[in-house]
Amino acid sequence: MRRKAVGLRAVSLLVMLFLYGPILVLILYSFNAAHLSMAWRGTTLKWYAALIHDEALLAATANSLVIAVVSTIGATGLGGLFAFGMEGMSRSRQQLLEGSLVLPLVIPEVMMGVALMLFFVMIKLPLGLTTVILGHIVFNLPLVTIMIRTRLRKLDPALPEAAADLGADAWHTFRYVTFPLLRPAIWGAILVAFTVSLDDFLVTFFTAGPGATTLPLKVYSMIKSGVTPEINALSALLVLVSMGCVALSLQLQRREV
Amino acid sequence: MLGHRTASVTVTLRNSCRACWLAVPGLVWMALFFLVPLGLVFAVSFASRGTYGGIVWEFTTANYVDLLHPLYGKILSHSLWYAMLTTACCFVLGFPLAYMIARSPARWQPVLLLLVMLPFWTNFLVRTYAWMILLRHDGLINHVLVSLGLVATPLELLYTPTAVVIGLVYGYLPFMVLPLYVAVERLDPLLVEAAYDLYASRWAVFTRVVVPLTMPGIVGGCVLVFIPSIGSFITPDLLGGARSMMIGNLIQHEYLVARDWPLGSAVSFVLMAVVMAAVVLYYRQGDRSAGPVERR
Repeated sequence: MRRKAVGLRAVSLLVMLFLYGPILVLILYSFNAAHLSMAWRGTTLKWYAALIHDEALLAATANSLVIAVVSTIGATGLGGLFAFGMEGMSRSRQQLLEGSLVLPLVIPEVMMGVALMLFFVMIKLPLGLTTVILGHIVFNLPLVTIMIRTRLRKLDPALPEAAADLGADAWHTFRYVTFPLLRPAIWGAILVAFTVSLDDFLVTFFTAGPGATTLPLKVYSMIKSGVTPEINALSALLVLVSMGCVALSLQLQRREV
Repeated sequence: MLGHRTASVTVTLRNSCRACWLAVPGLVWMALFFLVPLGLVFAVSFASRGTYGGIVWEFTTANYVDLLHPLYGKILSHSLWYAMLTTACCFVLGFPLAYMIARSPARWQPVLLLLVMLPFWTNFLVRTYAWMILLRHDGLINHVLVSLGLVATPLELLYTPTAVVIGLVYGYLPFMVLPLYVAVERLDPLLVEAAYDLYASRWAVFTRVVVPLTMPGIVGGCVLVFIPSIGSFITPDLLGGARSMMIGNLIQHEYLVARDWPLGSAVSFVLMAVVMAAVVLYYRQGDRSAGPVERR
């Protein structure tokens, strides 16, 4: 029994090393002064400095932020309404809708990408920021709806009932009881939608025109076209941003409990 | 019980179900930008390609017949093979980890789970790129191997099927660990101990007690790893060579390079059929998991 536990722990430790090793190496080498070599030639911040002066990169970052902000607002609005609307429906209809909402999340992203591209080309909507935003709302909307509904289902039914007993109408119950209770879930959904939009590559890849390069598209082309150490610095920064978002969302969830 | 609870939450909204209308904009959005595009892909998969890459609306099943060509057949079959290999590797790596987490002190469990999930929240391109640094001809692994004198010349690691599977395992391992953790956490440790008391070997305990009792988690984890693996594009694109192309790359190639949209659409629907089969498997297992064995 005892020996088994030791073996288990050793394997688990190796798996953790497998998960974190590559990311740590990436961050470490973003400080390496050597150009493209694995040999260590001293510590430097010059690759980070180079990022700040890369105009194309800054433009891509701006595009990514615009897309993430607008698509998050759109998805949260539509998805939130969707979640509230579902509350009033019959049980069977709710289950049907919940099942269908999973579909966009499980079908391969490459397929969603080509489907949207085909659609936009056929309705002759020129590919650009607009089409990317429309596409991002498609995968973020179900995400937001599912997150808000999960929270709605956990709400204590006594609270809105009490409000109704005290003479509040549907709107006031929602405005002063249900909505405040949902606020952490809504913020959580906003954060997740924002992160997913910021990180998305495939749907963007197929729906962005030449003028709508986003950060992930830029990272992709940097990786593809001969590697410069700048990409290491950029990757390390993106890792930090993602970790920051996760920390923030955990903080929000803790307040929720 | 549950029905009653849901019903009472909605009691304020139910009045004449005016609230139902709130779902309409979202429904319209998903119908317009999700169902219609998917329907278009389906329709195009039965059309034929014009001389200059456009679509000619003549009904044909030729695109699906074309997929039987050995060249495409090979891509489809080795995509399946990579995805299954990835799933198996994730299981082998993920099970000990999930077991360890489920059996650690309760206050450590959320922290350990978070540690498993954290890499998942970093950009997928970045995580894949990290493996390029490691596997490159002049990458860290070769650097270490050569300087230790273990190999004379650097190994060809990047742009191989092995690299693709490593990348996929790395990308989707968290999807395996979470359902396994839930299943192991529900497994009563007394049952395992009872098996040992009855002189079962370690292997017998694993195959005849632990595996059957954690089956819902195993199927769940395998499906959750298999689905994104079979549909992956980034990993084989960055880590694989010309011969380790997967279905996702074939779709992208047909759409953007060969400009044969009907064929690309047919490939998409074959991929979707495979994914849907996995989803059905997942839900059927989900129904069964509500079955008898629960921790008291």
